[in-house]
Amino acid sequence: MNGVDGVKPSAGDRYFRRLWEGIEQSFRLQSVLVPLYALVMAVVVGGILISIVGINPFKAYWWLLRGMFGDGDRIAGSIARSVPFIGSALALAFAFRAGLFNIGAEGQLLAGGVTAAWVGTWGITNDLPAVLAIPLVMIAGMLGGGFWGGVPGVLRAKTGAHEVISTIMLNSVALFYIRWMVNSRDPVVLRDLSSTVPRTEAIADSAELPEFVDSQPNLHLGLLIMILACVVLWVVMNRTTFGFEVRTVGTNPHAASYAGIGVDRIIILSMVISGAMAGLAATSEVAGTNGFFQPGTFAAMGFDGIAIALLARANPLAIIPAALLWGSMLNGAPLMQQEADVSIDIVRIIQAMVLLFVAADAIVRFVFRLKSAQPGSLGGPAATGWGK
Amino acid sequence: MADLTLPPPPLDEATATRSFSLNRGQGTGIFLGVLGLLAIVGIAPNITGDTRAFWFEAPPDPVKISFDPPTLVIAIGVIYLLVGAASVFLQDRLGPWITRLQVFAAALFIPLILATALGRSGSPGTNVINLLDEALVLATPYALGSMTGLWSERSGIINIGIEGMMLAAAGVGYMTYAVTGSAQGGGWLWFSILIAILVGGALALLLAVLAIEFQVNQIVAGVVINIFALGLTGFLRSQVIVESGASSGQSTKEFGLPLLSDIPLFGKEFFTGRPLYFCMYLVVFLTWLVMFRTAWGLRVRACGENPHAAETLGINVITTRYLSVLVGGFIAGLAGAWFSMEQTAKFEDNMTSGAGFIALAAMIFGKWTPWGAFGGALLFGFSRALQSRLQFLDVDVNGFSIPSEFWQSLPFLVTIVVVAGALGRSIPPASEGQAYRPSK
Repeated sequence: MNGVDGVKPSAGDRYFRRLWEGIEQSFRLQSVLVPLYALVMAVVVGGILISIVGINPFKAYWWLLRGMFGDGDRIAGSIARSVPFIGSALALAFAFRAGLFNIGAEGQLLAGGVTAAWVGTWGITNDLPAVLAIPLVMIAGMLGGGFWGGVPGVLRAKTGAHEVISTIMLNSVALFYIRWMVNSRDPVVLRDLSSTVPRTEAIADSAELPEFVDSQPNLHLGLLIMILACVVLWVVMNRTTFGFEVRTVGTNPHAASYAGIGVDRIIILSMVISGAMAGLAATSEVAGTNGFFQPGTFAAMGFDGIAIALLARANPLAIIPAALLWGSMLNGAPLMQQEADVSIDIVRIIQAMVLLFVAADAIVRFVFRLKSAQPGSLGGPAATGWGK
Repeated sequence: MADLTLPPPPLDEATATRSFSLNRGQGTGIFLGVLGLLAIVGIAPNITGDTRAFWFEAPPDPVKISFDPPTLVIAIGVIYLLVGAASVFLQDRLGPWITRLQVFAAALFIPLILATALGRSGSPGTNVINLLDEALVLATPYALGSMTGLWSERSGIINIGIEGMMLAAAGVGYMTYAVTGSAQGGGWLWFSILIAILVGGALALLLAVLAIEFQVNQIVAGVVINIFALGLTGFLRSQVIVESGASSGQSTKEFGLPLLSDIPLFGKEFFTGRPLYFCMYLVVFLTWLVMFRTAWGLRVRACGENPHAAETLGINVITTRYLSVLVGGFIAGLAGAWFSMEQTAKFEDNMTSGAGFIALAAMIFGKWTPWGAFGGALLFGFSRALQSRLQFLDVDVNGFSIPSEFWQSLPFLVTIVVVAGALGRSIPPASEGQAYRPSK
C-alpha cells in the first residue's frame, strides 16, 4: 500500500490516498480510527476464543448484537446501562489529569449513593416539588461522594499518604459500613424492613428522575445529566484557570509549585470533584434506575471506570462513546449467553482486548498500516508513575 | 546571566509540613496521646474487671498470662500518653528513639484491642499463638503479591496487574487440576501448581511486552491484565471447570517441618503448614538476598532508578527489566495457586477479590523493600485474622452486639492511619513508569 514492497502505486491509488489523508486530517480521524480498528481486532480475538470452545462465533456475535441493539428497547437499555459508567469514568479521568490515581471510585459511588438515598427518603424531600427535590438529591449524592473522595485527597496533600493505598482502603471501609447500614435489622439504620433483600426504602416520588423509555434498565434523565457533567468538566479542564492548574499539577507538581499554584489545594479539590462525579453517577442509579439504594449495584463499577477513562485517554468528551461501548456490551451479553451458550465473560475478554489494542496502538497501526501516532498522543499526564 | 538561576525547588517534605505547625512525629504523638486518653477514660471503666487471659496453647489447661482487663488497658493508655508527650516535647532530645517508641506503642495496639474485646465478651481468654499463626497464613497471598510488585517496580515497571496475574494463575491452575487430576490430589496437583506459576509468568510477559516493547502506559497495561484475567477465568470456569464436574477437591496437605515444629509453645503452630505457605518465607528471603546482596539485584535496582546510567555501565536494561517482571509473574502465579489449590481446592469468579491491590498497598507501605513489604503483608494478614477472632468473641456494648462489619473495616482504617501518620511519603524507584528507549 505504501509502495514499500517495490510495487509502484497507480495514479488512482495516489489520488485516493491523498483524498483519504485529507479526510483524516480535517476530521482528525486518527483518534477515532485506532479505537475502531482496536475493536475489530478485539472481536476477532474473542471470536477465535469462542470457536476454540466449539461454538460458532458468528452466531455468538449475532446474539450479542441483538442483545445490544436488537430493538428500540434494547438500544435504550444499552444506553441506560452506560450512564453510571460515564460518571465513574469521569471521576477517574479528572483525578488522572491531576496526576492522582483514584482507585476509590467504588467507595465514592457507595458513599454518594447511600447519601442520595438517605436524603431522598426525608419527609422534606417528599414535600418538595420535583424541580427542587431532584437537585437536592443530586447535591446530596455529590456531597457524599465528594466527601469520600476528599478524605484521601486531604491525606495525600497533608500527610503524603499515597492515594492508591488510602482509596483502596476506603473502598473496603465504605463497603463494610454501608453494607451494615443497609443490612442491619437491629438497630434499623436505613434498611427497608418490608423488603427481603437488603436495600433502603424507596426515595420520594418527587426526587425520582423522569423516565424517557421504559426499557430494561430504564432510560432516564440521568443520561442528560451525565452528558452535561462531561461537557462541564471538559470546559473546566480545558478552558479555565483552575483546569490549567489541575493539568499543571498533574504534569509536574514541582513546576506548578514554582508557578505559585497551591498544589495541596489542587490535589484536595481534584479528589473532591472526582468523588463528586462518582457520587453523581451513583445518584443517577439510585434516583433514576432503582428508586432505592442497594450496594450490589455498584460492584466493579469503579474498576470499569478506570478502564473506560483510560480508553478515552482521560478526555471527558471521549468518555461518552467509550462508556456507551462498555455499557452496551455488558447489556447485550446475557442474551448471547442464553441463545448461543457462550459465557458472559467473553465480553470482559473483548473489553480487555480493546483496551490492550488501544493502548498498544503500535500493533493496530502495524496490522492496518496506519501512520504512526503523533508524539504525545498516548498517555499524557496519566502516564507518569505513582503520581510523584 | 547568573541572576537567571532559579531558587531550588521546594522539597515535598517542606510543602507537606509548612501548613502544619507540628511535624509528623509530633502529629503522631498527639494521635497517640488522644488514643491513650480514650483508653483510660473511655474504655477502662466500661469493661469487666473479671480476670481474662491470653492463652499460648489450645485449651484445656494452656500456658497463659492472666490479667485484669481494665488494669491492662489503663497501663497501655498511660504508655500511650507518655510516648505521645515525649514525641511532642522531647523530640530534639530523644532523636531516633522517638520512632522506636512510636513503633512499640503501635505494637501495643494489639493487646489493647484484644483486652478491650475480651473485657466486653463472655469468653475467659483467647489463644494468641493460634491468632498469630492464622495471621501468617492469611498473609501468604499478600506477601507473595507484594514480592511480585517489588520485582517489577524495582526494575522500573509499575505493576498494578498483580491482581490479574494471581487470578488468572488461580483459575487456569485449578482448571488444569480439575481436567487432568479431577482435583483429587497426587502428582497432578503439583503439575497444576507449576501451570499456575507459568500462567503468572505468561501474564507478566504480556505486561513486559506492552510496557517495554510497545511502551504502553504501564498503568493501562496493568488494567488490561486485570480485566483480561477476570474475563478469561470467568469464561474458563463456566465453559471448562463446571463442565469437568470437578468443582472442588483435594488441596495441598499440611505437614510439619522436622525439628522446628517440635519447639514448645509456638513451634507446632508456626512450623506446621502447607507447602505454599512455607514458600512465602523462602520467596521473601530470596527476594531480599538477590535484590540486595547480589550483583544482579543491584542491576535490577539500577534499571529502576536510572536506566540510562545503568546502560552506560554496560547493563542491558531491556533484558534486565524483562527478567525481573517475569520473576515477579512467577511469584504471582504461586500466590494464585495458594488461592485455588491451597486455601481451598476450588475456583470461584474473582476469588482473589482485591488481594492484588492489598499486596500493592503492602509494597508501598514497605517502601519498596522486601522486609518492609513483608511487614505490610503481615499487618493485613493479622488484621484479617484479628477480625474473625473478634467476631468470634462476640463483643457487645450495652446489649448492642458490635456488628461484624465494624471489625472487618478495622484493618483498613488502621492502614490508613499508619500510612498517613507514621510512614508518610513513600518514595518509589525514580524512573518507574517511564518508557525507556535505549540510546544508540
